[in-house]
Amino acid sequence: MGDFAFDLAHLLSGLMVVVSMVLLYQDRLTAMLNVFAAHAMLLGAAVGWQAEVQGAGHLWITAGIAFVFKGIVIPAALHAMVRRLGIHREIETVVGVGPTLIAALALTALAVLVVMPATEYANPLAREDLAFALAVVLLGLLMMITRRNAVSQIVGFMSLENGLILAAAGAKGMPLVVEVSVAFSVLIAFIVFGVFVFRIRERFDTVDIGTLERYRGEQQDGA
Amino acid sequence: MSLFVLHVSLTFGLLLAAAAAGVVGLRRQGASDVVYGLSALAAAGGAGFAVVHGFLGESPAALALPGGLPGVGIRLRIDSLSLVFLVVVNAVAALVSLYAVGYGRHEHPGRVLALYPLFLIGMNVVLIADDAFTFLIGWEFMSLASWGMVAARHEDPEARRAAHLYLLMACGGAFALLFAFGVLAGHAGDYAFAAIRARTLTGWMPELALVLILIGTGSKAGLVPLHVWLPLAHPAAPSHVSALMSGVMTKVAIYGTIRLVFDLMPTPQWYWALPFLFAGISTALIGLLQALVERDLKRLLAFSTIENIGIIYVALGLAVAFTATHLAAPAAVALTAALFHVANHAVMKSLMFCGAGAVLHAAHSKDLEKLGGLFNRMPATGALMLIGAAAISALPPLNGFASEWMVFQAILASPALPVEGLRFLVPAVGAVLALVAALAAACFVRAYGIAFLGRPRSPEAAAAHEVDRVSLAAMALMAGLCIAGGVLAPLVVEALRPATLQLVNAGLPAQAGPVPLTLTPFDGTRSTYNGFMIAVFLLVSSFLASWGVHRIATRATRRAPAWDCGFPDASPATQYTASSLGQPIRRVFGPIALRVRQQIAMPPPGSTAPAEFRLSMTDPVWSLFYVPLARLVELLSWQFNILQFLTIRRYLTLMFAALVLLLVVVVLWR
Repeated sequence: MGDFAFDLAHLLSGLMVVVSMVLLYQDRLTAMLNVFAAHAMLLGAAVGWQAEVQGAGHLWITAGIAFVFKGIVIPAALHAMVRRLGIHREIETVVGVGPTLIAALALTALAVLVVMPATEYANPLAREDLAFALAVVLLGLLMMITRRNAVSQIVGFMSLENGLILAAAGAKGMPLVVEVSVAFSVLIAFIVFGVFVFRIRERFDTVDIGTLERYRGEQQDGA
Repeated sequence: MSLFVLHVSLTFGLLLAAAAAGVVGLRRQGASDVVYGLSALAAAGGAGFAVVHGFLGESPAALALPGGLPGVGIRLRIDSLSLVFLVVVNAVAALVSLYAVGYGRHEHPGRVLALYPLFLIGMNVVLIADDAFTFLIGWEFMSLASWGMVAARHEDPEARRAAHLYLLMACGGAFALLFAFGVLAGHAGDYAFAAIRARTLTGWMPELALVLILIGTGSKAGLVPLHVWLPLAHPAAPSHVSALMSGVMTKVAIYGTIRLVFDLMPTPQWYWALPFLFAGISTALIGLLQALVERDLKRLLAFSTIENIGIIYVALGLAVAFTATHLAAPAAVALTAALFHVANHAVMKSLMFCGAGAVLHAAHSKDLEKLGGLFNRMPATGALMLIGAAAISALPPLNGFASEWMVFQAILASPALPVEGLRFLVPAVGAVLALVAALAAACFVRAYGIAFLGRPRSPEAAAAHEVDRVSLAAMALMAGLCIAGGVLAPLVVEALRPATLQLVNAGLPAQAGPVPLTLTPFDGTRSTYNGFMIAVFLLVSSFLASWGVHRIATRATRRAPAWDCGFPDASPATQYTASSLGQPIRRVFGPIALRVRQQIAMPPPGSTAPAEFRLSMTDPVWSLFYVPLARLVELLSWQFNILQFLTIRRYLTLMFAALVLLLVVVVLWR
């Protein structure tokens, strides 16, 4: 593998981490969805480059799925959802942006510290990829717990899943069926989330999941 | 090898067939005959195969079956130690199953039927397991099947409580064992016994493993303070199951201790003996004191089991101490004594429980205060129970005496110990053990005397009748084993030699004294015991005495004296009762060891209500150990209850925090 191949793979996956951070920084839903589309397209590019470098044809399919579905279809659907709900301005963060970004930096450092020593003898490409992928996963989780809005939680989940696919693409010999099933499960999750969000909206006139909390366990308590 | 295959397939095949018959015949007449008959056959076969193994010297035989943990499989192995326990467990199980053929006909069997063979399978699997996974599977099989039989009379709230407590203790014990195996196998993670044996443990790992082993196996054996379930659960099951649980299952637990400590653990340190000695002697004392004041016959027997477990653990502790200090000969004596007492107690406790079952069936009560005068009504049971009671009270020439005598021989060898502390401790333990041995006799004089002698204390006891012949035959065989174990003690000890050779690299000297059948723990210059001679002497002297009495006594009619043999009043209530006979012990030990509370409620003046005497006893272990533990658990559950009502985001945060924490640990640990 040439230096250029390594550098480009490194650049693409590094960019994904950066975009994950950018995701955390957004305070408008529409902007966030656009950033997420960029995230997914970057994933498509990264996986495509892996397909080229590894000469693995099936990875092109994964790249295609990532690019078309996650980069175009799902963001478009989410845009439509946000428009129909009329919530394009809202984002209720739980923790402020500053502390969130500091936590994100710490998590990225942690991911590098965990992966680097553990994969000492692995292919350097896979190593870097794994470290970045873990960082993307952790940032996705961080996004899920620092946001209240159901749509931004969906976006957090999907960016987490992007990290998983990045990790999978970096490892050689990952069979296509795994990626297809992962993509499929994300699609299902998206549908479920979507339906769920509309149901929440119908019931409670908001997609702030904090509202749900009041409605738990009332049968038992008889409140 | 092929013998082992035959052994395993035949025993387990028969037992599985019995279990299937138990399921099919749940509500059918005559199913109990089939189930118990097949079980008896399988157990007898198991014991027979083990004996043949021993004679052919084919041990150790090993067998690996597919399944189980990946990379480990199901490994079975028979060595000298397994052989000893296979013979003890299966021989006693065969006799108890035979008893159950008779007893099961009138004992409502229903749920017990299918579980009984599974229980036997579990115990057999534990004895031949050669990897931790198989061992634990067998162990849990044994626990669950016996739990099911304890819970068989679930209509009774007492039995439900006993079963619940038993399940809790069994879970705790199994967890401790699981962790013990984890510590022993280390992160290499090879759970085959051969791999565990080959490992060397560093730091405080061996001590940790020892504590976990003692908790895990001790909770099943009934070691103080883990004994609280035993006096509740053992008597709650039908009597033949009580016999197996008390007589045999506790021995399987002891097998676990021996296998893990003497075989799988590295060479012991002298201070490893301390937990054995302390736990053993307090177990013996507490168990016996409770037995001395207990009114319920079966529960009394369960307490006596705890006492005997204590004696066995003391002997094991001595074996550890002697092994650690490289005193091979006394170590062999101590270990032989422990194994011998295991065999003896298995036989005599099963006999006693079977007898208690017969009494329960005949007199419809196991409350000593409602029994009495049973010897005249059920002479055969009475005579057999007398042999069992004498054996368990360690009277020569029966087997209980021989093994307890050997324990004392090991204690008398303690001055040779090079550790100052042990030289003081072991004689003190011996003194307490002597007290226990004496009190055990008192306990069984009380139990037997109240139940079988005197006059009946209830109409049911007065209407009691002898039990069926099959049960009697089984009990007679057990009583025969009690006598044979005492009279032929040197032969038994010879049979135990391969096991002690395997575990402590030493055996007793050849049992060939100047007089045949002399038990010689050390060489001939030190103390020896000959049960055969004592038996002959007792037979001859009692024959002569009775002959003399008949010869000298006059045949003339005698008039009864005015005092009427101490029973001038015809009411049976004037006799000694179980409580009154135990009263002196209660006075002496009661306030501390038994937490006795006595209350006398006098009616107010003018009232015609009777005065009342109330007596309450609790095991001090409850208030010292379990009540605080239960409070702690309750407190923690209340604290953790908050976790039940978190928001979705907080749950996610918890998971995230756990993940990050683990990753940080990974980074820092390296």
